[in-house]
Amino acid sequence: MKLWLLLSIPAAMLAAGEDSFLLRGGTVHTLSGAQIDNGSVLVRDGKIIGVGKDIAAPKGVKVIDARGLQVYPGLIDAATEIGLVEVNSVRETSDTTEIGRFNPQLVALTAVNPSSEHIAVTRANGITTAATLPQGQLISGQVSLIHLEGWTTEEMGVSRTAGLHLRIPFIRTSARPAPFDESSTSPSGAAAPNAFTEARRTFDREMAELNEFFDSARRYREAKAAGGTDFRTDLKMEAMIPVLEGKEPVLVTAIREREIRDALIFADRQKIRIVLCEAPEAYKLIQEIKTRDIPVILGPTLALPLNEDDPYDRSYTTPADLQKAGIRFAMGTFAGTANLSSRNLPYQAAQAVAFGLPHDEALKAITKNAAEIWGVSDRLGTIEEGKWADLLVTDGDPLEAKTQVRQLFIKGKPVDLDNKQKRLYEKYSARP
Amino acid sequence: MNKLTWLALVSLAPAIGADAPVIIQNATILTVTNGTVRGSILLQNGKIAAIGERVTAPEGATVIDGAGKYVMPGIIDCHSHIMADAINEGAVSVSSMVAMTDVLNPEDIAIYRALAGGVTTANILHGSANPIGGKTLVMKLRWGRNAEEMKFAGAMPGIKFALGENPKRRGNAPGGGGAPPNPANLRYPATRMGVEDVIREAFTQAKAYQASWEDYRAKTTRGELAIPPARDLKLEPLVEVLEGKRLVHAHCYRQDEILMLLHAADEFGFKIRTLQHALEAYKVAKEIADRGTGVSTFADWWDYKMEAEDAIPYNAAILTRKGVVVSINSDDPELIRHLDKEAAKAVRYGGLSETEALSLITINPAKQLLIDKQVGSLEVGKDADVLLYDGHPLSNFSKVLKVWIDGREYFDRDQDLAGRPQKQSEKKDLVDKAAAEQRPARQTP
Repeated sequence: MKLWLLLSIPAAMLAAGEDSFLLRGGTVHTLSGAQIDNGSVLVRDGKIIGVGKDIAAPKGVKVIDARGLQVYPGLIDAATEIGLVEVNSVRETSDTTEIGRFNPQLVALTAVNPSSEHIAVTRANGITTAATLPQGQLISGQVSLIHLEGWTTEEMGVSRTAGLHLRIPFIRTSARPAPFDESSTSPSGAAAPNAFTEARRTFDREMAELNEFFDSARRYREAKAAGGTDFRTDLKMEAMIPVLEGKEPVLVTAIREREIRDALIFADRQKIRIVLCEAPEAYKLIQEIKTRDIPVILGPTLALPLNEDDPYDRSYTTPADLQKAGIRFAMGTFAGTANLSSRNLPYQAAQAVAFGLPHDEALKAITKNAAEIWGVSDRLGTIEEGKWADLLVTDGDPLEAKTQVRQLFIKGKPVDLDNKQKRLYEKYSARP
Repeated sequence: MNKLTWLALVSLAPAIGADAPVIIQNATILTVTNGTVRGSILLQNGKIAAIGERVTAPEGATVIDGAGKYVMPGIIDCHSHIMADAINEGAVSVSSMVAMTDVLNPEDIAIYRALAGGVTTANILHGSANPIGGKTLVMKLRWGRNAEEMKFAGAMPGIKFALGENPKRRGNAPGGGGAPPNPANLRYPATRMGVEDVIREAFTQAKAYQASWEDYRAKTTRGELAIPPARDLKLEPLVEVLEGKRLVHAHCYRQDEILMLLHAADEFGFKIRTLQHALEAYKVAKEIADRGTGVSTFADWWDYKMEAEDAIPYNAAILTRKGVVVSINSDDPELIRHLDKEAAKAVRYGGLSETEALSLITINPAKQLLIDKQVGSLEVGKDADVLLYDGHPLSNFSKVLKVWIDGREYFDRDQDLAGRPQKQSEKKDLVDKAAAEQRPARQTP
């Protein structure tokens, strides 16, 4: 029993004080300033306390040799479902989508499974932090920002309620729309039910309900402040208060140009802070987004164009289009929704580089910008004094597939890079 | 595809006419089978006419400066459903009577998009709804031509098999437990036991059918009077499999079902040409290698279904080391656009060399489809299916600039970019015109 206990303790926990060290001799890509050749990063109690060229190791502090290696801030996947779903097709393993259309009181972190295999597999590619999103119609719940390491959900949590996830209402027409065929009639000669009109009516109703929900949350807040004797606590309304006070952004998923436009109108009307989410047609509303200084968390670069007659590279060039316009953006893999993998986050960024995004900007989209948009840039996103030592050490450019991750630190603790896939590889490579 | 879109896109197709020879000079040429050449490659009369440090450009040749650029053979996807209008005839357990050749749509935009990602040849497969599925064929992505003209001349046809979760889905009540199944809606099989049975039953019948024809032929050869057996369109393709005239491409995941199929094939005396997906193939690499069966897999997809739980991105590397011919496929209109980047992952996971990684999407799928005499590498005499890149194809920062099939240019990035304003204005004109025509109709309630 005692032996079992010992074996099951990860290396990270064995030696106390392992979150203090000097990482020396690597090329340090701080992403807050110039790259430092032959640089060092000094870490104490999990925090960066020095970055530079000639940093001496304080007495008793361990020196980790990074000569010939590259050092980056840990990568951040700005939108995923990591931890909330294990096997897509097995509904018992999915906790992404609750019943109901207004669920601001739900928190993703509650359902994150720290034992999910996806966590170990993902961090082995250098991703240290992920935003994980509840899904659903309209308001699905609170986005949580998690570290991909920790004994418990609490230990993983970077920001329990980082933002409210809203799917903006949209006109749901079934299958392919026939835009010029609204006058079709049924064989009996009577007018066929007009699918578009129906969908439009549903959309108008949802939009009204959504606005009413925000309006009633505002009234609730006033009633609470007034402190009447008949005031009753309402958990849904409570969860809306930080949003109304601008302390928490609303992450608005909007796909088509029209949906993005609706999201902007909604934000203007409700005077709330929003972050556009996925937004593959954001390139069509550059000016509107720019004027309002709304940040965007883009969906996968490696995605099909939305429209058949879009250029073949439409989704490849969107990040560069946004960057040229000066729009702040990060990238999310939305892993869990399909066969996408959060571990391929750097390759999503790389594809944007192949199609015009400056390399540095691609790196920032999966580090610094993500931290800023999620409101944790005081702790994450760059290699700077005062921030957590989330460090990625590689033998090359992390955006290239052939590059190997050599070491990974989260809050200064060395992270185990082993996972189920590596174990299966070793086991079956050895099969006679 | 609606008319508007089609009109807007059709002009992407290159003009059809006599092709001048093309010479790419000063390029880094990744032949895949004969190392790297820094020099020139000549495409002439549809074939690769010369590769070398110095190649003389014939008169009238289009000369392309390849300085700083890379040339590699066209990518071959051993598992695709692009240009297929339908992929699953799932009402029956054995659908070998249906064929993909009957449902090909040459205007599928996925063809052009795949081409822009460097794919020149694709194995168009039936879906995985039944243990024995429909007939398959190999196509070249000659965008702008009709379906007949896209067919890969001389490529052996195939047939799709499928094991595991997909073929047994129709045998189970929707949504699993809970509601009692309505037997009228169920289709055998519901288990992996039943999947094996369907295959063994079908080949038992096919053997008897084959024997009845052999008997008939023997009698007529001897001059005896004989009545021909009734033709069976379901069993004919299976007899072709038994006679080595049709390749079996079997969708599978778990090691147990892989071994089941290999043993069933042994029993009836036929070969499995490729195991498709085969995400657990690495567990039974030895058994697969012993039979000369190929594996066509994903680079790193996993966990999207229960049988994909033990998938590892090292699959291709382990199998390669153990002597299996491996390819990386797409099975998807998005993934097909970056098979080069998928192959690059095999360098990372399991340490394949760059040439081995490139082989996964070129010469290896060509071998699996028995078309390696024509395509899959840059060799003199082979089809001029050639890609020009702006960097090393295995770098995530590189992209395809030009694609030739049989020496004819089917994709050119500069031309694509240059043509966009015109296409946009054409589209706008058409939309305006259509809207104007529709206006009176829209006013009626």
